[in-house]
Amino acid sequence: MNYTTIINNQTIPVSDIPEISYNEFIDLNTGFLTDSPERHCVNYFGSRVGNQVRLICCIADDNTHQIYVSSCLIKSGDSLDSFTARNFNFEKFEREIHENFGVGYNDHPWLKPVRYAKNRFDQSQTIANYPFFSIESDELHEVGVGPIHAGIIEPGHFRFICNGEQILHLEIQLGYQHRGIEQQFLAKKKLLQRTTVAESIAGDTVVGHTTAFSHVWESLCGFQPSRDIEYARTLALELERMAVHTGDLSAVCTDIAYQLGSSVFGRLRTPIINFMQEWGGNRLSKGLIRPGRNQFPFTPELANRLAEILDIYEPDFLEMNEQLFQLPSALSRFERTGVVSYDDVLSIGTVGMAARMSGLCRDTRQSHPFGLYPELNHEPIIKHHGDVYSRVQIRKAEVKQSMQYIRNLIQHVPEISGNESVFQSPKPNSFTLSLVEGWRGEICHCAITDELGELAYYKVKDPSFHNWLALALAVRNNEISDFPICNKSFNLSYSGHDL
Amino acid sequence: MLSLILILIAAAFFTGVIVRVKSMASGRKGPGILQPLFDVFRLFKKGVVYSETTSFVFQIAPTIYFSSVVMAMLVVPFGQSKGILSFDGDFIFFAYILALGKFFSIISAMDTGSSFEGMGASREALYSMFAEPAFFILMGSLALLTGHTNFQEMFSALHIGSYISYALAILGTFVLMMIAMVENSRMPIDDPKTHLELTMVHEVMILDNSGFDLGLILTAGYLKFAIYGALVVNLFIGVFPLQYSIPMFFVIQFVLASGVGFIESFMARFRMSHNAQFIFVLTSVSLLIFFGALLILGKFV
Repeated sequence: MNYTTIINNQTIPVSDIPEISYNEFIDLNTGFLTDSPERHCVNYFGSRVGNQVRLICCIADDNTHQIYVSSCLIKSGDSLDSFTARNFNFEKFEREIHENFGVGYNDHPWLKPVRYAKNRFDQSQTIANYPFFSIESDELHEVGVGPIHAGIIEPGHFRFICNGEQILHLEIQLGYQHRGIEQQFLAKKKLLQRTTVAESIAGDTVVGHTTAFSHVWESLCGFQPSRDIEYARTLALELERMAVHTGDLSAVCTDIAYQLGSSVFGRLRTPIINFMQEWGGNRLSKGLIRPGRNQFPFTPELANRLAEILDIYEPDFLEMNEQLFQLPSALSRFERTGVVSYDDVLSIGTVGMAARMSGLCRDTRQSHPFGLYPELNHEPIIKHHGDVYSRVQIRKAEVKQSMQYIRNLIQHVPEISGNESVFQSPKPNSFTLSLVEGWRGEICHCAITDELGELAYYKVKDPSFHNWLALALAVRNNEISDFPICNKSFNLSYSGHDL
Repeated sequence: MLSLILILIAAAFFTGVIVRVKSMASGRKGPGILQPLFDVFRLFKKGVVYSETTSFVFQIAPTIYFSSVVMAMLVVPFGQSKGILSFDGDFIFFAYILALGKFFSIISAMDTGSSFEGMGASREALYSMFAEPAFFILMGSLALLTGHTNFQEMFSALHIGSYISYALAILGTFVLMMIAMVENSRMPIDDPKTHLELTMVHEVMILDNSGFDLGLILTAGYLKFAIYGALVVNLFIGVFPLQYSIPMFFVIQFVLASGVGFIESFMARFRMSHNAQFIFVLTSVSLLIFFGALLILGKFV
């Protein structure tokens, strides 16, 4: 065997990951993905071992619910054949390895910096001299947007090449939000500090990232979370999904200047996040999820309160959706805008909503279940057109689905088992991988410990990491005035990408 | 003189009514009716910032734009009473003095060298170009119908012959209001509230304007709405005495403003590529008016 097989949240000794030669490594991993739409790369990263770099590649198989992990040792200055030349799934990952470790690729088609990490290999690369793709033409023009966003949300630079109103090419340059999250996990020694770092990866996916971190930590420590802990996490994940999807529907309506939808959906998001405040003291769910603990137990009183809130929420939500999806002027903006084909999402390996919009089933709640999802028998919602309309419909359907799950979950509130945070320290020389389906898609956290059981390497992959490319493909041949609606329909995270 | 005073009063509340209607439609209380007016007073007290890449064109353009709108306002009559300026062919003067102002606002947007503003300028130029035939066919038909070529005589003679002319007036209302929406960059052509430069038309052209200049541009926008509203009123009130026509003026202006507010609340804006088609439809409606005028005159064989 030249790879090892694990399941979600399983800890294995690092020595169990077979170390193979680079040629074998590239054949194995690109071979996994050839003609297998059920497989995709969940994480591919390098970590420093002495003066060498250990590459670890994790390929998830949605049908067998397994993850295939293999590794390879290379030198930092090596010039290698790239995975990307064979499969675009690895494009961003290899750029990251190139940026961080100076690994050269001789046939990578787009070897540009990813996020200008502070510990990058080549310090002469700066955000001010990003090598943009450009054109020599009298007819075409370039439009640069950002890094200051028109709605001052988060910074990112978008460079369009247009023929009049039509977009031919979009290049997205990020990295302005880089905070060194992965280094912070190693630098901060207290568990609480690390959890807080996990909460700050992306402000809109607090539950998702903190759950992933908690799973990693608990798995490393050999801690089996009790039912009430996983119950709270699953519930919080679904509530977060509801709140953000509702907010996104509002934002999409704002972008097409549909005031009624914008204000009604905006209002509907509030009771959900206010409930999070009632439950855990924070509207964005900060402080709610803690490794090994049920910080804010979910009580039957809270369950009643939540049921009341949902009873008020549901009719308004359904009525507003009926209005929105019957409004000709809104439909004319949604339909056939920002299309990404099935072949494209498959080849670039998008995850979450950005895959399900085009008929590609990627949902770790079903394929690599965690928490209480095995009991919920989750059926992913799949649309097939890959346009803004599909993405909006997915949101609508997922809110309804989450509401159903929450209603089921709060029927039986589990007994509180007491705060049993008796932690062993993490196992030494171990490797753990955790997949969580946040509202945006698959979140992947990986950790490696050293011989003392200290964190030696921590790797975060937010779904935005490869989904940004889907946005760049979506806007091709669209009007430039439709870019904002395309962007909002994806609603990707800048800070989740930049870490 | 009368028309000038009425238009100024209407301009003071027109935009405020739109904003208020939109607020109420979305369940909010909304600002006072005169808030837009306070906003421009605030801007008038401020200084101006000019970007280093701009030339004198950028500095004179807001003033020229504002004066062009004021000039256009002067030729608008009110029923039987003439505007301050009135001469044969003044509707042509009206259209092209506005076009002159628009020309300057377009070149001032180009002057900033911003890629957004160039895009906005090209959109604005395209839409104005499409709206122009609609206006001239409408006015030409009225001139044909009445045999006069100035606003005041045209409007006062409009309803003397036949009641079918009221049907034409209603079609004319539609055309003029839609032209007003295009000119003022309101929905469904443009979204005045958006913060996204890439989807803006008019708003993006004035991104670089600030302080006093911005105040002038906003005031010109308020005036434009009231001017088009006044033209609409003129289509109906030609034969009424003043004690009826003045209340009618305010009622019609108010209905138009609320109508704009309702449209903006309950529909999404058009996709940019559909705008040109939509504006072109106005020309077809104008042609209907033209054929209507021919019918009334019995020139159809």
